[in-house]
Amino acid sequence: MLTVKDLYVRVEDKEILKGINLQVNRGEVHAIMGPNGSGKSTLANVIAGKEGYEITGGEVTLDGKDLLDMLPEERAREGVFLAFQYPVEIPGVSNASFLKTALNEIRKHKGLEELDAMHFLKFMKEKMKMVGIDDNLINRPVNQGFSGGEKKRNEIFQLQMLQPTLAVLDETDSGLDIDALKVVSHGVNLFRNKDNAVVVVTHYQRLLNYIVPDFVHVLVSGRIVKSGGKELALELEDKGYDWVTNTVPAAETV
Amino acid sequence: MENTRSKDWYISSFKKIEESLNGESKTPFHELRKNAISKFEEFDFPTIKNEEWKYTNIAPLLKYNFKQVTGVKISKKDIEKFLIPGLKVNLAVIVNGNYVPELSHFYKQPSGVRIESFRNMVLNDPEFLMKYFGKYASIDNGFVALNTAFAFDGTVLYVPDGAIIEDYIHILNVSGAEGENVLSQPRNLVITGSNSKVRIIESYHSMADNENLTNVVNEVIVGENADVEIYKLQNENMKSFHVNRTQAYQNRGSVFTHYSVTFGGSIVRNDTNTLLDAENCTGNLYGLYLTEGSQHVDNHTLIDHAKPHCQSNEMYKGVLNDSSRGVFNGKVFVRVDAQKTNAYQSNKAILLTSDAMIDTKPQLEIYADDVKCSHGAAIGQLDEEAVFYLRSRGIGEELARTVLIRAFANDIFETLTSQILHDHLNHIVYAKLK
Ligand SMILES: Nc1ncnc2c1ncn2[C@@H]1O[C@H](COP(=O)(O)OP(=O)(O)OP(=O)(O)O)[C@@H](O)[C@H]1O
Ligand SMILES: [Mg+2]
Repeated sequence: MLTVKDLYVRVEDKEILKGINLQVNRGEVHAIMGPNGSGKSTLANVIAGKEGYEITGGEVTLDGKDLLDMLPEERAREGVFLAFQYPVEIPGVSNASFLKTALNEIRKHKGLEELDAMHFLKFMKEKMKMVGIDDNLINRPVNQGFSGGEKKRNEIFQLQMLQPTLAVLDETDSGLDIDALKVVSHGVNLFRNKDNAVVVVTHYQRLLNYIVPDFVHVLVSGRIVKSGGKELALELEDKGYDWVTNTVPAAETV
Repeated sequence: MENTRSKDWYISSFKKIEESLNGESKTPFHELRKNAISKFEEFDFPTIKNEEWKYTNIAPLLKYNFKQVTGVKISKKDIEKFLIPGLKVNLAVIVNGNYVPELSHFYKQPSGVRIESFRNMVLNDPEFLMKYFGKYASIDNGFVALNTAFAFDGTVLYVPDGAIIEDYIHILNVSGAEGENVLSQPRNLVITGSNSKVRIIESYHSMADNENLTNVVNEVIVGENADVEIYKLQNENMKSFHVNRTQAYQNRGSVFTHYSVTFGGSIVRNDTNTLLDAENCTGNLYGLYLTEGSQHVDNHTLIDHAKPHCQSNEMYKGVLNDSSRGVFNGKVFVRVDAQKTNAYQSNKAILLTSDAMIDTKPQLEIYADDVKCSHGAAIGQLDEEAVFYLRSRGIGEELARTVLIRAFANDIFETLTSQILHDHLNHIVYAKLK
């Protein structure tokens, strides 16, 4: 479903992604791990369509459609969802009205009827239960004054509401206590099915106990230097990134 | 000098009116006007050399000889579109600065409440009027002088001790006349007793598409523990000039809340001032301006903390489009006596284009030592991270921007006590920011 081919990305004059290749099929969960600053968020942002990145080579497609040629909103309507590492606070816009607008924009794109207030509310209540988010957070402005954990939970709530086909979760586990981690993972696991796919960016093997990946990739200095099954995460935890970085030719690890 | 020509025009207009006054020209009240016209002569119209008018050049309005116009016929139907749908109000209609009793109506009020035309007061109860008139809004520039010299009509509201006015009082100002450049100079006086409560809507609209000048002065006396709210809505046509001085005077324990909402006008200058002259007062000044084209909106505010244990909250917000221009000058004075003052000021603006511009000047002058004062200013563009966040959820860029701008603007109305008014203003903002 998601194909990243030989992707090169620059920010200002700095080359950040240096030839990424990634194939994610329906029904799969991929984990991307790697040291700080290795380019994980950059990859996630480029998939979602954030501005400020210069794509100097390669391609990113979703079911054969060129994602790089689409606006961020078009990608979202096509089924791309990014759970942000740092969700933005949006004063004055309530979570509920924001999601209603978003959901209906996506439904319109799919040729579905817009949900009226009543149906929307019913649908939302269901999802709220599922990810354990309460009324108070729903009626407040998007992420405003939310704790770190609440923000992450809100991202997963949005994931459940919008039901994308490709979910990219950028460090959704960071800042979560153990209970929240379980709730959030549960939300992701409920989302998973044979028709969608999940890419999780994380530093911690712990998350992968809950969201069990089919593949683990290690991103170092803008390259995927190692891929494997879920055991790779355990091995990494054990041996640290040094173990993989040492396998990269020295000149390129800068 | 251009100013001089303009000045002469208004002075000769004054003389002409004076000649037609007969007996009134000999009254003590008229002495106040005469005094004001000589002050006007002295002050003239402000220029940008005046520190208080540094960023607002009024030269464009000096190109016109605005004149008082009477006898323009308008019907109930004509003003209907200016009413706030669904809101029950006591209505005072002012056409070209003149109170029109046939279009005004009032529900039964608690005993002692007076809602009258200023004209009526001048003719029938000048002693009462003179107890308050001109005692609060000091004549410190040409506009206040001019309004005072031309103080013929407007609205006077007297709310005695303990009286609570349930429904809003809507002072609805309409100006314009086909083919004329109309000068409207309403003068309003609000006097409230202790433990009284009143909410006033002061709105401005245009009839014809001409350049008009509205130059208003409001004096508001807030009684002990009284609660007075004023919602000022500027919705005149895009060619009109509007100058407004509102001066509140607060007695012990009173709350004065003022909203200034500016949508229309080519040059708009508001001076909204409150003097907290006794303990435990609260002064709230809120403002919103949405400008486009070449509009110029200047909000000056003064919160004068003269006594201890008072608090003030101020929040002004602007959204500036095209090549419009905004000015915000927010003075907060905390006098030597005003210990334990709590003053908060915030001033934010979004510039939608690179041609839009704003000059802001927060001016905190604090002479007491045991006070809490803070001010924040944020001028800039929309938060692009927020725009991307919305887009990444499927919301198109244009809609995302609109959603964010509306949210920014509507924030001002969060504290409004009337849901109907809240929705009405939201609606105007919604329509303006489409
Ligand atoms: N807008 C930008 N301007 C300049 N440098 C940037 C920008 N965005 C990313 N970078 C740089 O690109 C590199 C990769 O950043 P990225 O955020 O993708 O790392 P990451 O792998 O997600 O790290 P972390 O684990 O800390 O979240 C970093 O060195 C970062 O400083
Ligand atoms: Mg990151």
